[in-house]
Amino acid sequence: MNQFSYVRPASQQAAIDAITRDSSARFIAGGTNLLDLMKNGVLAPEKLVDINRLPLRNITLNNNILHIGALTLNSEVAAHPLIKTHHPLLSQALLAGASQQLRNMATTGGNMMQRTRCSYFYDTTMPCNKRTPGSGCGAIGGVNRMHAIFGASDQCIAVHPSDMCIALVALDATVLVAGPKGNRRIPFGEFHRLPGNTPDQDNNLGKGELITGIEIPHSPFTNHVYYLKVRDRASYAFALVSVAAALDISNNTIRDARLAMGGVAHKPWRLHEAEKTLIGKTPTVENFRIAATVATQSARTYQHNAFKVPMAQNSIVTALQKAAAV
Amino acid sequence: MKKQAVGQSMDRVDGRLKVTGGARYFADHQPEGMLYAALVCSPISSGRITAIDATRALRAPGVADVVSHLNVPPIPGYKVENPNPKQGLKIFYDDRIYSNGQPVAIVVANTLERAVYAATLVKVTYAQEVHQTDMAGSIDKAFQNKNMKDYQRGEADAWKKAPVSLEAEYNIPIEVHNPMELAGIIAHWETPDKLTLYAKTQGVKSVQQSLKTLFQLPESQITVHSQFVGGAFGMALRIWPMEVATIIAARKIRKPIKLVLTRKDMFTLVGYRPAAKQRIGIGATADGKLTGITHEAIANTSPYEDFTEAIVNMSRMMYACPNVNTHYQLVSLNLSTPVWMRGPGEATGAFALESAIDELAHQLHMDPLQLRLINHADTDPEKNLPYSSKYLKEAYEMGAAKIGWQQRSQTPGKLEENGWLVGYGMSSGVFGAGRGRATASATLKADGSLVIRSAAADIGPGTATAMVQIAADATGIDVKKIKFLLGESEYPEAPRQGGSSTVSTVGSAVNDVCRNLQQKLGELATANIPAFKDLKVENIQHEDGQLVAGNTRLDYAAVLQQQQLPELMVTTTSQAGDERKQYAMYSFSVHFTKVHVHPATGVVRIKHIVSVADSGTVVNTKTARSQMIGGVVGGIGMALTEEALIDHRFGRYVNNNYADYHVPVNADTPPTDVLFINKKDPVINPMGAKGMGEIALIGFAAAVSNAVFNATGKRVRDLPITPDKLI
Ligand SMILES: Cc1cc2nc3c(=O)[nH]c(=O)nc-3n(C[C@H](O)[C@H](O)[C@H](O)COP(=O)(O)OP(=O)(O)OC[C@H]3O[C@@H](n4cnc5c(N)ncnc54)[C@H](O)[C@@H]3O)c2cc1C
Ligand code: SF4
Repeated sequence: MNQFSYVRPASQQAAIDAITRDSSARFIAGGTNLLDLMKNGVLAPEKLVDINRLPLRNITLNNNILHIGALTLNSEVAAHPLIKTHHPLLSQALLAGASQQLRNMATTGGNMMQRTRCSYFYDTTMPCNKRTPGSGCGAIGGVNRMHAIFGASDQCIAVHPSDMCIALVALDATVLVAGPKGNRRIPFGEFHRLPGNTPDQDNNLGKGELITGIEIPHSPFTNHVYYLKVRDRASYAFALVSVAAALDISNNTIRDARLAMGGVAHKPWRLHEAEKTLIGKTPTVENFRIAATVATQSARTYQHNAFKVPMAQNSIVTALQKAAAV
Repeated sequence: MKKQAVGQSMDRVDGRLKVTGGARYFADHQPEGMLYAALVCSPISSGRITAIDATRALRAPGVADVVSHLNVPPIPGYKVENPNPKQGLKIFYDDRIYSNGQPVAIVVANTLERAVYAATLVKVTYAQEVHQTDMAGSIDKAFQNKNMKDYQRGEADAWKKAPVSLEAEYNIPIEVHNPMELAGIIAHWETPDKLTLYAKTQGVKSVQQSLKTLFQLPESQITVHSQFVGGAFGMALRIWPMEVATIIAARKIRKPIKLVLTRKDMFTLVGYRPAAKQRIGIGATADGKLTGITHEAIANTSPYEDFTEAIVNMSRMMYACPNVNTHYQLVSLNLSTPVWMRGPGEATGAFALESAIDELAHQLHMDPLQLRLINHADTDPEKNLPYSSKYLKEAYEMGAAKIGWQQRSQTPGKLEENGWLVGYGMSSGVFGAGRGRATASATLKADGSLVIRSAAADIGPGTATAMVQIAADATGIDVKKIKFLLGESEYPEAPRQGGSSTVSTVGSAVNDVCRNLQQKLGELATANIPAFKDLKVENIQHEDGQLVAGNTRLDYAAVLQQQQLPELMVTTTSQAGDERKQYAMYSFSVHFTKVHVHPATGVVRIKHIVSVADSGTVVNTKTARSQMIGGVVGGIGMALTEEALIDHRFGRYVNNNYADYHVPVNADTPPTDVLFINKKDPVINPMGAKGMGEIALIGFAAAVSNAVFNATGKRVRDLPITPDKLI
């Protein structure tokens, strides 16, 4: 690890100033991802701006809109009564991620900003367009069992590893951002990017911008929700595929539906078309199968990850069954 | 008479130290003036080093030196004419790169962080050559060396003529040693010809032996300390190039140096279970009598050493089958040398054989337990010898009852619980019950306490605890007054801890040295103590730490006190005799599992495990149970989660960390019932204890894959059984 300087500003503005002045500076929150990247030589910031003194650790409900401060820990969000009551899907997704020790350190903002787990990205002797633009993609033609089946490019086929974000994209959250040019709001589905020709950019956060929190609008998805994570061991493993399923059912009819997937794309993958097939239908396995087929229509696979298509379909059906309790 | 100590569920004598942080592992030591090392490792997999530029590293703060083949001090043992490449990797010997991750330089600095940082500043240039890390690409170059004899009993390939037969291929990937404690060493040259080491090893004496030649030093000039080891499982049975590199650097810099590997380096520098491709042909009569087994295996080794193990041996002796032939080959890949990994080759082989037995049972429409019973070997079919003891049938019976084997459906895919498919599977395991040669010393103190020393290791099973129990029964002295000291090269000779033979080998030495101590006490008493004067030594009884003659009883301590002796020391060497030529000696295990398989996602969850050990006398039921559970957890990894992935284009591991290489976590580990036959083996050693470490894992993976087949009708022959293989 290189030598770096370290500051711990007390105000949001000071934090933004500190980061804007120095092109290689990084915010550090829980450090659970950033430190690993630094130890592996993937990132070598000359300055760390520790944001843990900022007053961004809170969960509140105002006018039916739930606000989560960017520094609220993953474990706090998962266990919070407001979350468990109003957005149990988010609680489930968080608890499926990492381990309790990591969740006790990891923050809401840091979780959104975590980098892909693609092995080539972490190994500086390997080619990787995300780490070193133009060096090639190690995963294409390499070991790509964990990689994307949706929205990849010939530059990068990495997946976004977060579980939390899959629930947030399903719940239509909004990302609250403060930056040198003031505050702005980014719809969650537009926060992360597809790799295209710029795989080095994971998301649309601008230079010097700080995530201050997220908002989740009121939702009817309190009963019929399920976060299904399929992984190689029972706990403490990233998703092969995951599904966030939320249904609003009354009179045996699906009024509204949300479906999103993790482990399949460079961003939390919302399945709008599949959702549409469910609305107005009865919650039956047959209807869930139709949704699953629609969901995977655009899939494209690589040498080792073709299994993800049937696994995704089956997982969508299973998650919807669990959510609907049928 | 005191209650017997052997057979009790006694707490570990070092338990408190371990859970309070009082146990000092190699890396916890801190010799005065110690420096820290970091390795620079090759990113290429074959070729030559063309230049090493250490200028920037040497200028970095706190750096003492950068040692490589370019500036290595003379190593006496390296001066061998025409170095045989099969001698093992000589670190910093020349510019050759044999595998990715091979250390090319060691950077030493006054803090770990500085060493690690400076290592990133060393610029190494290479001339790359073609490498091969994929077994599939090298199968045509498979070879046998002279230790790898083919075996044939009866007719070769007889299975082909059997009324019911099958042939199948089974593959296991490379599995990597990943104990919690990282490997490494502290090397300290106290003088130019006196070396002190704090090592992570399974045998302090073997470290001494290896270095004796390399540095041409007498044994007495090499001291090895290794009192606590945080899990080794075979990886510390030999000395590795990274350890030699540290010793070389310490010699050059003349300061103590500590190296602790990174998790990533654990994949390339301390051995691993080699990948193996196995083919089994098996045939039986329609009523299930085996008529032929053919077992062929190809496993990988490194370019510079042939690592062989007993992959195909179980097929030769497990079942009463008239015709058996085995064939075992190696493929040399640009990887570091493999090493034994718990259960070693036997576990690899058992996966194939015990899966094939299950497949055959299915074809025969027969309960696989029944098939095993029909073909039970009453005498060893390979050696043609009776068993010293064998309670395998009882083990099958106990295990079947405990798991509820009668609930198993002979037709796969028939049982369901809460939306999950349910399957039951079983397997057997076997491992030679060894007994080597060991020496122990016993020192009785005037206060009645007893200290026994032997240069044995404890890599986790609780060796000292078992030895204290054995000594307590041999002497009648209370366990609380006995200490067993190990892990020091100055202690009497003991072999490495491996192959499940420590209790048998070192335990026998402990037993025998205690008997000799009693003899010595008898001699002292008859020579000098009035109440015993007229007696013959043989007529003196020993009970509860006392000499007994008629109504006269005298504490051992009193013998010393009366003679004004501060202590009495006896040293004894103990080894097996002719009995090993007259009997076949094996430990057996039986594993039963109940699994759930999710029909949609392919996820496998083991719900219940029953493992039964026929390992003779169980010295300590508590540590033995832990030992079995530990082996089972290793088996869960082998069956479901562990696989080291290599990108063959680069010859480089891609999942070389704890997040991506999946060792089982608690959530993967269901309730495990460990049952013991616990019947004394009348032949093997005075305690009647056979070994247990290896059988805990051997066969286990097959019990899982057989259960998965029973649940789903899908036969997975390539481990690990990850969800994608069941979709
Ligand atoms: C072994 C392991 C297993 C894991 N398994 C899972 C899993 O199964 N599922 C899962 O979802 N996650 C998993 N994680 C990832 C974990 O969730 C993330 O590491 C964590 O959420 C990151 O949060 P942090 O606060 O520690 O971020 P940090 O490491 O502090 O920061 C990460 C990045 O975010 C930036 N950042 C942090 N806060 C802000 C902010 N407010 N505004 C702008 N930028 C910011 C930092 O500059 C940095 O670039 C795992 C991690 C590990 C190490
Ligand atoms: S998939 Fe993306 S992150 Fe992985 S190697 Fe390719 S470019 Fe790098």
